[in-house]
Amino acid sequence: MDAIFIIEQILNGLGYGLMLFLLAAGLTLVFGIMDTMNLAHGSLYMAGAYIAAQVHQASGSFVGAVLAAIAATVLVSWLLEILIVRRLYPRDHLAQVIATFGIILIADDGVKALWGPSPLLASMPTALAGPVQLLAELPYSAYRLLLLGAGLLVAAGLYLLVNHTRIGMLVRAGASNRAMAELMGVRVDRVFSFVFALGAALAALAGALMGPISAVQIGMGEAILIPALVVIVIGGIGSVRGAFIAALLVGLVDTAGRAFLPPLLRAVLPPALAADLGPALAGIAMYLLMAAVLILKPAGLFPARA
Amino acid sequence: MLKLKNAALLLALCGTLNAHAAEPATPIKVGVALDISGPFATIGAETRDGLNLAIGQLGNKLGGVPAEFLQTDFAGNPEQANQLVNRYLQRDKIDFFTGPVASNAALAVGPALFAAKVPYLSSNPGPSQFAGKQCNPYFFGLSYQNDTYDEAAGKVANEKGYKNMVLIAPNYPAGKDHLGGFKRFYKGAVKEEIYTKVGQIDYAAEIAQIRAAKPDAIFFFLPAAMGINFIKQFVAGGLKGIPLIAPGFSADQDIIQAVGEPMLGIYNTAHWAHDLQVPANAEFVTAFRKQYEGRYPTVYAAQAYDVVMAMDAAVREVGGKVNDREAVLAALKKANFKSVRGAFNYGPNNFPVQNYYLRLVEKDAKGQLANKLVATVMEKHQDAYVGECKM
Repeated sequence: MDAIFIIEQILNGLGYGLMLFLLAAGLTLVFGIMDTMNLAHGSLYMAGAYIAAQVHQASGSFVGAVLAAIAATVLVSWLLEILIVRRLYPRDHLAQVIATFGIILIADDGVKALWGPSPLLASMPTALAGPVQLLAELPYSAYRLLLLGAGLLVAAGLYLLVNHTRIGMLVRAGASNRAMAELMGVRVDRVFSFVFALGAALAALAGALMGPISAVQIGMGEAILIPALVVIVIGGIGSVRGAFIAALLVGLVDTAGRAFLPPLLRAVLPPALAADLGPALAGIAMYLLMAAVLILKPAGLFPARA
Repeated sequence: MLKLKNAALLLALCGTLNAHAAEPATPIKVGVALDISGPFATIGAETRDGLNLAIGQLGNKLGGVPAEFLQTDFAGNPEQANQLVNRYLQRDKIDFFTGPVASNAALAVGPALFAAKVPYLSSNPGPSQFAGKQCNPYFFGLSYQNDTYDEAAGKVANEKGYKNMVLIAPNYPAGKDHLGGFKRFYKGAVKEEIYTKVGQIDYAAEIAQIRAAKPDAIFFFLPAAMGINFIKQFVAGGLKGIPLIAPGFSADQDIIQAVGEPMLGIYNTAHWAHDLQVPANAEFVTAFRKQYEGRYPTVYAAQAYDVVMAMDAAVREVGGKVNDREAVLAALKKANFKSVRGAFNYGPNNFPVQNYYLRLVEKDAKGQLANKLVATVMEKHQDAYVGECKM
């Protein structure tokens, strides 16, 4: 295991972590402020990926495809909020989970009706399909570098928005003590509509960017929702900073589990057993991390609520 | 007198009943479980197209008897396949079964079909279990046994002089069969043997492992979307200089079409090629390309086509009496149909004894990327499990 191998895997882990962060940021704010569990967040991610793949194929412009995906998904989320999610605020968590799970099923069938059951093949923009010579011995995928850059840029933007603007202050106030913020005259429902749309935009961006290196298919939203939930639990519900740190941690642990565990196991165990055990252990690494964090800090790393 | 009248009436009644029994009350029913969605979706589409071409050519009949092909998607999920097969058996009372792409689904649905005495003609998977210890007279591995493509690829790797190789496959029954088959014939050193999740699409971690291992060549069994993503990311990661060698599944037309130019020059092994010089094959390829917009067929489409033709020949042989299962099995085993791979023979475990060829991805006369048959690697090859089968 040489340095190049480790550097490459750290880059992979950070890239995956940043994409998880885009998804988790919206989820954690929605849950933190309105105490509303929105399982359909993954469906917005799926919508972003499908729309981007479709527009990219039709127009040939990748930037245009990403922007179109964000715009269309925000529109969908706005309708979703007005028609359904708004009615769920006063209900308990079970009702929210059941209703938003229903939305997942409808979204999956809707996508099947629109695009058919077969996965779409989203392609990378041709300019970025090749490698970039990062170090002397490390060519690295240009597209993955773009993901890293985009993820960091969005994280910085969110930091400025949440910590240094008036709307960000209202968002934080709503997350830390909603009743108090309302008494002080903040119209939390409006703040929430804004946050819901922002979350949808981030989910669509993640979907559009992840499309070319994952499969654009029905159920992709559910598959990534689970690590995103793990991220917000580790980070502390309602905290964007917590989601950022936790997303990077989960990304690194998941990649490390896949990259370093199998070779280590092969060194000490017979190959057949290592082949069975390696992927299984790598699959649970993220949950072990969550369990460890929850034992030490039951409210997550950076709880938003005092 | 009254009694006589009644008896006559009864006789007449029996007559009409008999007349009804003579003509088939229901058409022959074929249960087809398809992978239209899920991890093997691109292959499922090829299977469907191959089946439908044959069904169309036979005019929705098998052996001249009207037949109904029930086609349902099970999303590549073995549990869902099981439910579907139970429905086919109990509600639809099917006479034949075919369709699933993956070995895990085939292994999941096999036992129920065998218990219900419904012949299962595999249009793709040939798990080692069904070729060896769990072989069954109701299973026909019409396609190939999983290990065999890789045994041929192992032989090719030896001939090319590769000394150090990395092997990669998804972690499910067929993945282990495929790498096992390769190692049975490959004589060089295996530097890394990587198993990934079924349906994995991000191969960044594995690509870093390959880069660190610096192999002479890579053997990869990654069918459908897995192969498409792996090759794209392999090229994007700057590993293009390392030769790739594959069983036909990782470099068939479904993957070639999706990946494009980076596929050029990949060697792969298969029991069939679109340019195999067999009259039935030439007819099949021409008809397929005519029906499906000039697209070249894959191995999967060719196998699915063969499955329907094998059913057709068997039903004709038994004169449409598909309820006589012993006779149907005997007729199926005869395999008296014109396979697109040429002469067709089963070994004792109901898996074919056939040739394996080396194919190379090249551009055809019109600049379209396609596999070209370059050599015969193995002749009349039977799988390694036949000895374990007691049937």
